[in-house]
Amino acid sequence: MQIEMENNKDIVFLTGDLGFNALEPLHQSFPDRFINVGIAEANMIGIAAGLALTGKKVIVYSIASFLTMRPYEQIRNDICYHNLDVKIVGTGGGFNYSTHGITHHTIEDVAIMNVLPNMQVLCPTYSWEAREATKSMMKSKKPTYLRLGKSPKTNFFKPDFKFKIGRGFVIREGKDILLLVTGNILDCGMEIAEIIKNKTGLEMSVISMPSVKPLDKKLILETSKKVKLVATLEEHSLHGGLGSEVAMLLSQSHLPKLPFIPSALPDVFIKDVGSRDFLLNKAGLSPKKVAKNIIKKLGR
Amino acid sequence: MSYWSKTAETGSALCISDILAVLYFKILHINPKKPDDFDRDRFLLSKGHGASALYAALAERGFFSVDKLKKYRVNGGIFHGHPSKEVAPGIEISSGSLGHGLSIGAGMALVLKKSLPKRKVFVLMGDGECNEGSVWEATMFIASHKLNNVIAIIDDNGFQGFGKTSDVHTMDLATKFKAFGWQIFHVDGHNPVQLEKILNKAKTSSRPCVVIAKTITGKSIPNIENTLHAHYYIVDEKTHKNHHEK
Repeated sequence: MQIEMENNKDIVFLTGDLGFNALEPLHQSFPDRFINVGIAEANMIGIAAGLALTGKKVIVYSIASFLTMRPYEQIRNDICYHNLDVKIVGTGGGFNYSTHGITHHTIEDVAIMNVLPNMQVLCPTYSWEAREATKSMMKSKKPTYLRLGKSPKTNFFKPDFKFKIGRGFVIREGKDILLLVTGNILDCGMEIAEIIKNKTGLEMSVISMPSVKPLDKKLILETSKKVKLVATLEEHSLHGGLGSEVAMLLSQSHLPKLPFIPSALPDVFIKDVGSRDFLLNKAGLSPKKVAKNIIKKLGR
Repeated sequence: MSYWSKTAETGSALCISDILAVLYFKILHINPKKPDDFDRDRFLLSKGHGASALYAALAERGFFSVDKLKKYRVNGGIFHGHPSKEVAPGIEISSGSLGHGLSIGAGMALVLKKSLPKRKVFVLMGDGECNEGSVWEATMFIASHKLNNVIAIIDDNGFQGFGKTSDVHTMDLATKFKAFGWQIFHVDGHNPVQLEKILNKAKTSSRPCVVIAKTITGKSIPNIENTLHAHYYIVDEKTHKNHHEK
């Protein structure tokens, strides 16, 4: 972001009073273009719209749950309806704010951003995707939601990867099963592939989908043709996220009906207290449980 | 327009018509031939339900032909009951849900204050609209950032959707804005001379200003003036004919 703001004097960064121990260098570098709007998300989105309507490219930043839900109508009417160059950067998608509790768990954001006309939705996984998604987002003039979370420690980058909004990336090749993953849970997807291989010998293709909207429909359909089962994995509600989008795509395609397993968070508030992994396990998203479901569906 | 389209929001448009006439013909630095000229004042109709008055003002000021007004709220028309930015020149923002305009105005004012300090952002809100919390988030922000290029105008007609504003909330608007550090002006919203004088005065203020314009909902249609019904009133044939003959 530092580089983007150095290169483009029209970028304005707004924060909803968050960024302690992270955004100070940005604030110091650009005191005139970095504004702490305060704890007032609706106002922040409205201000972003006003700035964008007056020629600026705007980034708004806060915790993902606060940033997407409190000012949702401002995002819809002020940003998307006007189709403005505003980038909504939410941190802590999914269970990243684990022990902070339900208010900080962000499990509906992709669904509510997906459904807005003009909006792009990006959920990068690891550092390369996050960096490239940010660069692509800043090149684009469209409203964009960037969902950030804790990066898995693994680097999944391959030399032939070239990031583009709307593109998916094959992280692991496999001829039997397709697993589509979005967001920071990709490492869990890789573990699932390994468990299935060890238990059944079946090879799973794992594709990272940092761009949920637009979706890489071509890649999904082409890969689905070759496998026995399609599965999705996301740290988000079962409703309205990657799984829903893929289900709609496959159901409307001319492909023969395939077994489909969407792995996501159930339609309940997970009230248990614990770490991200603990909560994912409670929600049924541990690699073992997801692998077991897939194996069962295949009748193995 | 209400008569042609058989739609309401009549009183809410009539009560701001004098304010818009003064703004568009006496106050705003605008050029209908260059509606997107960066060097212009911005007028934001935050109370979007007064849209028909805005369309009429823009047409009379030459942003588009008066004939187009017949395309208001009809099948295959141009204009919604609440403004859509892209449908005609001169409409600065799409609005309709209340409490959005002042924040958008704050964003515009941040840019203009640095680049064109003489240009102002006028935001017209309803008194009922000030129930919205976002109005006060913006009020606080504008005062903190010393955006004296923002002039809020309150259409103080005393009514909101389901009753009198004083019955819904008892707090006095002027007291609230004053507490937030704004300069307050009171004006008769149907007196063009006073309106022009006060709005010009507000333009020279060193602080953000709010002009509280006392208005009459349904102004000029005696049987609906100052009634809750004015907002929901659809102009009938007799009233239309009477006004047309005047």
